Amino acid sequence: MFFTYLRRELRRRRKAALVVASGLALGIALVIVVNSVSSGMSRAQGKVLESLYGLGTDLTVTKAQERPEAGAQPQRPRFEFQGKEDGKEQSSDRLMVQGFQTLADSTVGTVAKQRGVDKAVGGLSLVNLKINGEFKRGEIQRGEGGQTQRGGPGGGTGGPGDTVTGGGAAFDVDSFTIYGTDVTAPDLGPLTTSTVSTGRTFTTTETDAEVAVVDSAYAQEKDLSVGDELTVKGVKFAIIGIATADSGQSAAQVYLPLKQAQTLSGSAAKITTIYVKATDSTRIDAVKTAIQKNVSGTTVTTSADLAQTVSGSLDTAADLAANVGKWLSYAVLLAAVLVAGLLTSAAVGRRVREFGTLKALGWRSGRVTRQVVGEALVNGVIGGALGIAIGLAGAYAVTAASPTLTAELGASGGGFGGGRGGGMVFGGGPGGARTAVGKTVDIALTAPVSVTTVGLAVLLALGGGLVAGAFGAWRASRLRPADALRRVE
Amino acid sequence: MYELIGVTKQYRRGQQRVDALAGIDLTLAQGDRLVIQGPTGGGKSTLLQMLGGLDRPTSGRVLLDGTDLAALSERRLTAVRGQTIGFVFQSFNLIPTLTAQENVETALVPLGVKAAERRIRAAEALESVGLGERLGHLPSELSGGQQQRVAIARALVKRPKVLLADEPTGNLDESMRDEIVDLLEGLCDEHGLTFVMVTHDSAVARRAPRLATIRKGRITIKENRRTTADRVEA
Repeated sequence: MFFTYLRRELRRRRKAALVVASGLALGIALVIVVNSVSSGMSRAQGKVLESLYGLGTDLTVTKAQERPEAGAQPQRPRFEFQGKEDGKEQSSDRLMVQGFQTLADSTVGTVAKQRGVDKAVGGLSLVNLKINGEFKRGEIQRGEGGQTQRGGPGGGTGGPGDTVTGGGAAFDVDSFTIYGTDVTAPDLGPLTTSTVSTGRTFTTTETDAEVAVVDSAYAQEKDLSVGDELTVKGVKFAIIGIATADSGQSAAQVYLPLKQAQTLSGSAAKITTIYVKATDSTRIDAVKTAIQKNVSGTTVTTSADLAQTVSGSLDTAADLAANVGKWLSYAVLLAAVLVAGLLTSAAVGRRVREFGTLKALGWRSGRVTRQVVGEALVNGVIGGALGIAIGLAGAYAVTAASPTLTAELGASGGGFGGGRGGGMVFGGGPGGARTAVGKTVDIALTAPVSVTTVGLAVLLALGGGLVAGAFGAWRASRLRPADALRRVE
Repeated sequence: MYELIGVTKQYRRGQQRVDALAGIDLTLAQGDRLVIQGPTGGGKSTLLQMLGGLDRPTSGRVLLDGTDLAALSERRLTAVRGQTIGFVFQSFNLIPTLTAQENVETALVPLGVKAAERRIRAAEALESVGLGERLGHLPSELSGGQQQRVAIARALVKRPKVLLADEPTGNLDESMRDEIVDLLEGLCDEHGLTFVMVTHDSAVARRAPRLATIRKGRITIKENRRTTADRVEA
């Protein structure tokens, strides 16, 4: 009788049932979409961080910022050109450490010994800046006698009233970033976020080999391929592989064995960053504290620290999803449950005579209540199913549309990764270089729906149905048959 | 069967106290038939509700086969209603979404009768009121008289000892009224039921062997000799 009665009631009151179910469906769909978009945001943020860190890296160690001594000139690249004959090409090739801050590579061992550290590997981030061009001498126009004489670098003397016309300089600036990678530890560090699409990566024995792996974007720009040669500060490196960044930008445009990078840049036994993997990813803060305490003069950055520096549309969207979206969806769901409850209660009000009659026939309050709760629960289940379907469709639509979000990684991230373009190096000074580490990454947003989210939706649907049923059940259970029959006679 | 001793029922209507029943004493034996009449608000329906265990008196005792209904727990009282008492209402009070057969079955649900047996007994009950061909019809597909027949079948399917009817012909036309009263009387005689009916209709009241009138909560009972004599003759 329970199911027959239930089925008939739902069919008869299908409009009311549909309103209740639709309200719940809307709330549940919103919860699913917002939850899945939220987890998509987290995943996107994770990818952004991975693109800087490398897979499996829990924290990085860099040299702490030092206050420049009084009167000291900040470090900046300096180029000197000699006076040469007119039209003679001059070039200068500078290989600089990114951020001008280095640590002794022995620090890697010290960090590795810290409690909670599983693995530590050092790397050296460099910027190669090549300036190539020529000067053109100006023409001296004699004030008197109308003679023309060529001026030149360091040469020529002009009389009073002489003027110099023409002349100038045309120089090309070319720069690219280099990362000196520890080839003996291939599973940690920035290169792990790239996949070698052509050729091969370094072998663990190529510690001092003149071989290079080039980022695919840079290779395309410079028309480089496996087997070609790349000259860095006069040393020719054989390109053994082309690497493509898994997401966002690559950490560097050219990867060299660490020892080669150190030699070329004159930074023997120096590194810029230590990539650390913790033994337990839940105790990263403890590892950070241990390193900061025991390895002086370093800055330790965790992915959580770095996540705080993420800004741009990704951050805005993540904030929206985490705050407004989540609360909005829960508010809608709450409103839906309340409306469902009130509608169920109102339905009981309309069915006073029906329930009064059943009680007069000997139906216990519990049986009548069960009937009411059963109907509300079925409404909840229908709403849940509808909500899950709409939610899944919404999440699928977000994934299919894949809106692109931009993540900007802030300056305070602390000295890892590498920005593109030599221009940033001209910022000059340690502070400027550090700012230049900021990086922009485009990430396509997805909305993955986890089993937990669907489980949550099912629970919300059943909970919503039960709460709605409770409203009506409370009213039905308090119904006295005499009152019920008297009220309608 | 029934013994009501000093039954009172008071309601509060706003600030006013209403004495719906003001000390009712009444005895009914098994198989008795009683018709209750009286002005609106006189206490007819309240008395019927006391007899049916739908309401409790403010004071006094309502004994049914020696058990005081006023003293029973809600659970036991519900069980008494489910097993012993059949109700017929003026507005039929059928569940609109259930068929005639399913409506009749609802009276067997509290008795724990299995579904298959419920169906058979409900069909038999409907057959006995002349609706054997209308088992699958919804109330909205039946006339007023037919709906009341379904309600009668629902009241009798559980084989009660008592049948209480509150204005059972109030919503029916004259021809249908006689048909329904005939049916009720016939079935009560056939099953030996104690039958109490509230009615405004004097024509129906005249047919009863005992006529109770309630005014301002007080009851007076008259024997209807002509009807009794007619019945003896018959």
